Amino acid sequence: MCGIAGLYLKSATLQTELGEYLSKMLEQLSFRGPDSAGVAFYRDPAPAGAVKVSLHSADPQQDWDAIGTELEVEFGELSGPNVRATHATFVVGADGAEVQSWLAEHHPELRLMSAGTTIEIFKEAGPPASFIERFALSEIAGTHALGHTRMATESRVTTQHSHPFSTGLDLCLVHNGSLSNHNRLRRRLQRDGIQFQTDNDSEVAAGYLMWRMQDGASLEQALEGCLSDLDGFYTFAVGTADGFAVLRDPIACKPAVMAENDDWVAMASEYRAISVLPGAQDAEMWEPEPGRIYSWSTAAVA
Amino acid sequence: MGAGAGADLQLEHRGGRVMAVTREALSVDLASESVRSLNQRLHEATAPQQVRVLNPSGKHSIAVGLDGAHEVEIDGHVGYYCAGMNQHAAVRIAGNCGVGVAENMMSGMVVVDGSASQSAGATARGGLLVIHGDASARCGISLKGAEIVVRGSVGHMSAFMAQKGCLLVCGDAGEALGDSLYEARLYVRGLVAGLGADCVEKEMDDIHMTAVHELLARAEITDIHPSEFRRYGSARRLYNFHVDNLGSY
Repeated sequence: MCGIAGLYLKSATLQTELGEYLSKMLEQLSFRGPDSAGVAFYRDPAPAGAVKVSLHSADPQQDWDAIGTELEVEFGELSGPNVRATHATFVVGADGAEVQSWLAEHHPELRLMSAGTTIEIFKEAGPPASFIERFALSEIAGTHALGHTRMATESRVTTQHSHPFSTGLDLCLVHNGSLSNHNRLRRRLQRDGIQFQTDNDSEVAAGYLMWRMQDGASLEQALEGCLSDLDGFYTFAVGTADGFAVLRDPIACKPAVMAENDDWVAMASEYRAISVLPGAQDAEMWEPEPGRIYSWSTAAVA
Repeated sequence: MGAGAGADLQLEHRGGRVMAVTREALSVDLASESVRSLNQRLHEATAPQQVRVLNPSGKHSIAVGLDGAHEVEIDGHVGYYCAGMNQHAAVRIAGNCGVGVAENMMSGMVVVDGSASQSAGATARGGLLVIHGDASARCGISLKGAEIVVRGSVGHMSAFMAQKGCLLVCGDAGEALGDSLYEARLYVRGLVAGLGADCVEKEMDDIHMTAVHELLARAEITDIHPSEFRRYGSARRLYNFHVDNLGSY
């Protein structure tokens, strides 16, 4: 069992409340996933030609200013560090792949959690309530966000095993369920150069989406591929630069509910997580059908 | 609990359907009182109670395990297992339901004004469950004698291994309806995406018309005629059906 939440704010005036709303949603889902929690916020676009990266360090004494200085020397750093508990974000005059290979060479102890124009991923082992407080989630503004609370069923509880998993620039995945064919699929993807940080099944689903999209597939096509190539149970929520998408496996054992009103579009594992949003009681509400892709983007809801 | 016991009932039309309310119904606000406390009050009541539940906010296990002729109205959306194991009580949910509404119901009546998530009425042995919206996957799974009326449509694998009782669907049914069915009776008015193993269409005789008519009346659905339904049941090729045991099915 895990908990998933997704929230897209249609009303620009609510964007300062995004962190507050998502925190309340995660609190409601904490009993579904007491082992770890994570979020992806979409906010503060980096300028053209630059990338925003979210980095994690296991060292509580991490000198992020020194990392910023090194990034500036190498790439011409534009801003940062913006430190949030064990994570820090930087805006760097480079692309995501350049930062990733530089990190691997110079700072293998740091993990690249996300890269893109607007995405910022934060995740950590431990109870969701302490995660929400430690990362001061309620103060984060933005356009949309995904959240996850994890109850580990098949691999360890660490920061790296926590969700969301990055699936490419400005893309990430959260998963409720379990996959049966992840070991074979991981080996297949590794042969094609997809790298994995853990033995986690959900990371394989993220890697699968990345693999398909690197090959030219659209997000919708990559998600459609999940229906034939992934064996197991899943409700997925995928964050994109301008919205999010939802897919449930054809058996649909894992729950999901969606709701929409004039101000927001939300999805969650259970309605109680949506009930904390303003106007939830009167929002249009439905259960996403099995095997059908639901997606929202700025263009679609504008 | 005190308040409500023996209060005079008043019938009021709301949303086109008759609902029983009472001037002296006790209000329980789940924003300030726990679900456990609400349920415990109802379990311990020695006389039938009328209760209005406010701010359910998707909470789980509201009004489970009732064993008395209580009347409970819930103002809003509820979480999992609402009115599960119900005996004798009448529970109305003015909203949508999460997983397993009225699961394992023994008797009484549960009415959902909105839609229900999966496994509505699972394993229910008696009583009537009415869902005015849609029900998603596995509605009436392992049904053991209760009757379920869905005004909208049901999702895939509904009435899976249903043994006894009735599922009546005014809309459509998803894939694998009645898979591995025993002796439950299924009626569907709309399209059936696919029948499960050992589930077949059967003739609608007068006796079935009468049964559908009575069931619709009890569900307070008056705008649909029994002749619009098709009947489905077990082909009895999959399980060890024996005509000598017919009386116990």
